[in-house]
Amino acid sequence: MKYLHLIWAALFRRKTRTFLTLVSILTAFLLFGMLDGVRTSFANVGKSAAGAKRLQTGSKLSFIETLPQSLQARIAQVPGAEDVAYANWFGGAYQDPHNQVFSFAVSPNYIDIYPEVDVTPAERKAFDRTRTGVLVGDVLAAKYHWKVGDKLPLQSNIYPNRDGSKNWSFDIVGIIRATRPDDKQFLQGAVLMHWKYFDESNPYNRGRVGWYVTSVADAGQSDRVARAIDALSANSDHETKTMTEQAAMASWVKQMGDIGFIVVSIMGAVFFTLLLLTGNTMAQAVRERTSELAVLKTIGFSSRAVLALVLAESVLLVLLGGVIGLGLAALLGPIMSAGSGGMLNMPPVGAASWALGVGLMIAIGLLVGVLPAWRAMRLNIVDALAGR
Amino acid sequence: MGNLIEIRDLAKVYTRGKQKVEVLHHINLDIAEGDFLALMGPSGSGKTTLLNLIGGLDTATAGSIGVGGQRIDQLGAGALAKWRAANVGFVFQFYNLMPMLSAQRNVELPLLLTKLSSSERRQRASIALQLVGLADRASHKPSELSGGQQQRVAIARAIVSDPTLLVCDEPTGDLDRQSAEDVLALLRTLNREHGKTIVMVTHDPKAAEYANHTLHLDKGTLVEQAVA
Ligand SMILES: Nc1ncnc2c1ncn2[C@@H]1O[C@H](COP(=O)(O)OP(=O)(O)OP(=O)(O)O)[C@@H](O)[C@H]1O
Ligand SMILES: [Mg+2]
Repeated sequence: MKYLHLIWAALFRRKTRTFLTLVSILTAFLLFGMLDGVRTSFANVGKSAAGAKRLQTGSKLSFIETLPQSLQARIAQVPGAEDVAYANWFGGAYQDPHNQVFSFAVSPNYIDIYPEVDVTPAERKAFDRTRTGVLVGDVLAAKYHWKVGDKLPLQSNIYPNRDGSKNWSFDIVGIIRATRPDDKQFLQGAVLMHWKYFDESNPYNRGRVGWYVTSVADAGQSDRVARAIDALSANSDHETKTMTEQAAMASWVKQMGDIGFIVVSIMGAVFFTLLLLTGNTMAQAVRERTSELAVLKTIGFSSRAVLALVLAESVLLVLLGGVIGLGLAALLGPIMSAGSGGMLNMPPVGAASWALGVGLMIAIGLLVGVLPAWRAMRLNIVDALAGR
Repeated sequence: MGNLIEIRDLAKVYTRGKQKVEVLHHINLDIAEGDFLALMGPSGSGKTTLLNLIGGLDTATAGSIGVGGQRIDQLGAGALAKWRAANVGFVFQFYNLMPMLSAQRNVELPLLLTKLSSSERRQRASIALQLVGLADRASHKPSELSGGQQQRVAIARAIVSDPTLLVCDEPTGDLDRQSAEDVLALLRTLNREHGKTIVMVTHDPKAAEYANHTLHLDKGTLVEQAVA
């Protein structure tokens, strides 16, 4: 620690150059902070404990095929199955066809199967009582300034209403919130309406449901229950495919393209550039300090001490820029999310990102410092003092 | 008083590619403790080379160097660095101060290698700066000081860890007459009042007059002058 002023002074010997290098490091880690959050949130999709205890059952043929509503009672009979809900895709848009909202027609118990989100008991009761009632996610409600008691007109891009138009009208009876306040759940951006109202109002559905969601008591039993559910419809005209929510999400993420790979590729390119840039800065910094380093050795600093000083300088440089950059990412993420009114959902810079980021900073600092430090260590005092 | 430095049959050969240059041949030299010795000689005669060997910055090709009873030609690089820190102060022609550090911090530099606390380091550096007459410039950076002042800071740095030996390579080579005299007077005080043994390389006969006696090097060989 007593050498800190020495390292600090060396770092800011060339203020402009150090500043510019710091800005590049900062930018790289700002980007890292934002992208790594995206990467980890994709990697964590469906990894919730509740997700392992929920089975999704859809048509084996294609996700557009629907299933008979009568299947609910039979699934409920499968040993290990706790609660069975079902849902239909509604495909709603608000005001403008471009304002798509996640909207599903669901069985009344659908919301109960998702312990990650909650509505107040009063709102839950109101939903049961109100045929045209909908539960809306708090994120969505905040975006469009909806509140309980409002009428909610939605256009379906698939289903006509009984009057033949695609305009539907609902009543907002409750707000869906995350059970853990800092959590982000996709149902916070969704609209849930009654399947019964949907089914009765549109002439084409006739008792069909899009998919079933079954909660199981024991995640370890999920596979067995899933097979049992699929066995119910084997060799029928509506064969099913049942997966845990985790598995379903994972296959969806695969289809979206490997976000993690893309992020890693981008960051790889950024860090490679950073390596060259910072490496050059450090090499210059040490080269122009040759005589100063020689003086340190003359005074009695060991070669190893000089090596350590240069390495510390390099690590400090990257840490300084990197921590500011990551800090900025942590600060800007929520501001950008808030400013976008829910359109953009920047994940916060989590502890894992910080740990990985700081680890990267130290690694880059060492990597970039090792060659100049080695040179400083091997420096011949007599030659350096004579300017040779 | 006994000899602080005893040099026997010292030779230094530099190898540049296949070419060998013998810079010093068969140097025999005793320097008494408390002496102030001036080394003169033409450019390229090997003065700096000899001084660097005495100060433990360079290693001899043949022969022996004893300083205070310690055979420094037998020390490895690490031990030599420790030995330098404890026993030698260096003063160079171009001061070689750290440009980013204040005079105070520059003087403290050698003390970082000791076990002294930061307040003790600060105190000793202040005393050394007082000794060279620059107590009021402690917070100045080298660029805010004149050449003579910078050289005095360098001398403060050289003496702050209280070494027995000071080696100075053309300490006044870059200074005007007045500053040079200040620096030389300071060196004489350090020699007379504080008992430092000083070996100083110089081109300037006037500077050499401050020393107790002068030795001449010519083409790598010592030529003792008659004492004036
Ligand atoms: N590291 C080295 N490699 C090769 N030759 C060297 C090296 N150091 C010194 N020399 C040579 O040794 C000779 C003596 O050099 P030295 O620096 O000791 O001279 P000097 O007497 O101090 O000269 P000056 O008065 O110009 O400072 C010179 O010819 C120089 O070129
Ligand atoms: Mg010389």
